Amino acid sequence: MGILRRNLTAYGFLCAALFCFAVFAWYPMVREFILSFQKTDLINPPEWVGLENFKGAVQDPAFGEAWLNTVEFTLLALLCGYAVPFVVALVLNELRHARAYLRFVVYLPVMLPPIVAVLLFRWFYDPGPGLFNQILDLVNLPPLAWLDSSSTALISLVIVSTWMNMGSATLIYLAALQNIPSELYEAAELDGAGVFKRIRHVTIPQTRLILLLMLMLQIVATMQVFIEPYMLTGGGPENATVSVAYLMYQFAFSQMNYGQAGALGMMLMIVLLAFAAFQLRTTREDAA
Amino acid sequence: MISGARGQLKDERRERGDGGVRRAPADRRRSGGRRRSPRPIHVQFRTIISPHQLNSRWGRRLYWLALVTVIVVFTLAFVLPLYWMITGAMKTPEEVAEMPPTLFPAQPTLDPFFEAWDLFDIGTLLVNTVYYALGGWLFCMVVDVTAAYALSKLRPMFGNVILGAMLATLMIPPMVILIPLYVTIVDLGLLNNPWGLWFPAAANGFNIFLLKRFFDSIPRELIEAAQIDGAGPVRVLWSVVLPVSRPILGVVSIFTIVTAFKDFVLPLLVMTESDKMTISVGLSQTAGAVTQNQVMGGLVITSIPMIIVFFIFQRHIMAGLTAGSIKG
Repeated sequence: MGILRRNLTAYGFLCAALFCFAVFAWYPMVREFILSFQKTDLINPPEWVGLENFKGAVQDPAFGEAWLNTVEFTLLALLCGYAVPFVVALVLNELRHARAYLRFVVYLPVMLPPIVAVLLFRWFYDPGPGLFNQILDLVNLPPLAWLDSSSTALISLVIVSTWMNMGSATLIYLAALQNIPSELYEAAELDGAGVFKRIRHVTIPQTRLILLLMLMLQIVATMQVFIEPYMLTGGGPENATVSVAYLMYQFAFSQMNYGQAGALGMMLMIVLLAFAAFQLRTTREDAA
Repeated sequence: MISGARGQLKDERRERGDGGVRRAPADRRRSGGRRRSPRPIHVQFRTIISPHQLNSRWGRRLYWLALVTVIVVFTLAFVLPLYWMITGAMKTPEEVAEMPPTLFPAQPTLDPFFEAWDLFDIGTLLVNTVYYALGGWLFCMVVDVTAAYALSKLRPMFGNVILGAMLATLMIPPMVILIPLYVTIVDLGLLNNPWGLWFPAAANGFNIFLLKRFFDSIPRELIEAAQIDGAGPVRVLWSVVLPVSRPILGVVSIFTIVTAFKDFVLPLLVMTESDKMTISVGLSQTAGAVTQNQVMGGLVITSIPMIIVFFIFQRHIMAGLTAGSIKG
């Protein structure tokens, strides 16, 4: 096969994918940039407005709150969603029985559509007959307002989010733990290292790369939190659960201000990309 | 993939290894009042705790205590909510609102399921969702497999640039380009058209990455032999590459279908007409207008397809989960 012919066949095979990527992945990135400098409601022709959209987004009363909430949500989700699966995986790896069952149940919520988890927990959070307040009542604790109070609403969202997402992280850690050669533990033990020292000096260094990678993936994933505030709180009470992604949705579909939504999207993209680049660099230095 | 499969295998061995021990407590009980000579907890692959520590007097007690605690906690955390969902759907609205709640439905009834089916129009929603998921899967496989094959085996000019640009999309969080993607879909007139979901789904850099990496590992001799027999590129793909790639095709297929079934935000924006919605979006729109037990009935019906998929493909799903991450 000549070079030309080989290339032609290859691009023949590639053209469908190139079309999909060009129109639905690469172009939207460019479009986001264009959109953020335009005023458009998708009906009238767009007009260029310079930095108006960025100004509008920043001046929105919920702007600061949305970023604070998103960061707070991410930190809380890391506390629950990052540390808990690792500890759970550590414990599961030590157990010799019921492993298949435990792995199955921890991954079960991941399989369910998010809407199921969200609507189910909305019922649990019901201040009256909801399951959680009934359990609190059972152990003689005062009821909580959960989603209805600005002090507990955000943590309530984190709980749902952790419940429905932690299965995949747990199983990934579990696989990483099983790849640690047992000789290392034996050597550490001969050197007199106790259980916690073994975790610190063998387990964590051996799983370091996957831990760093998951940290990055998880932060990027939780920074985009949308369905939880959209379904559970609508951003309330008093903007306590407005996330950046949710605010973006509101700009676009409540205020029909797609340009302003695009501007906010640009800001989120820059933050996330900067973060990912930073993380990637530390990971690479680490690996080297 | 390879390392994922290895982890899986090791695990199976491990489970088989303790299979014999699982009966130990029963044996012990059967041996009656005789002073027990405890069977050791069998350890095939040592982990943090050494077999010696595990089988010491206190080690064993602590182990059983930990095991029971973990099983109870996991069951409460992950099974109880689902139990509550199913039984909630079998209670009357009055019983659902009762305080304190009943652990078992007083008069179990299946009516809420039928009511939910009618109120949410679940038949239509389910057909829509399955249609979008399967159609998207078919299109996605055709597009991604051919692209990965071209990039891996035909190696065109600028192939690496294209691959890099495709992988770069993985760095862009989906929520961030949601609005411009929506605007693009509107511009193309794909609103309320399944292609508005299928095209974006096919632009999946991760699938291409997984497929290409697997195709790279297919020995060149295999393909050259077919070429000598006069097979063209299409024939090679169909009769040589695809048959040996069954494992990775399975993993990619399951993940594509499950993701499409679970997807919420894009269908929320693209499929806005009530007779074209997916089941997740449909439930979210109507949930406020019906009673709690009917909502639960709807949720149970929505969950069933995914739970069935999980039961059948559990091994593939768990292998696929680690496929990309360990070596990726």
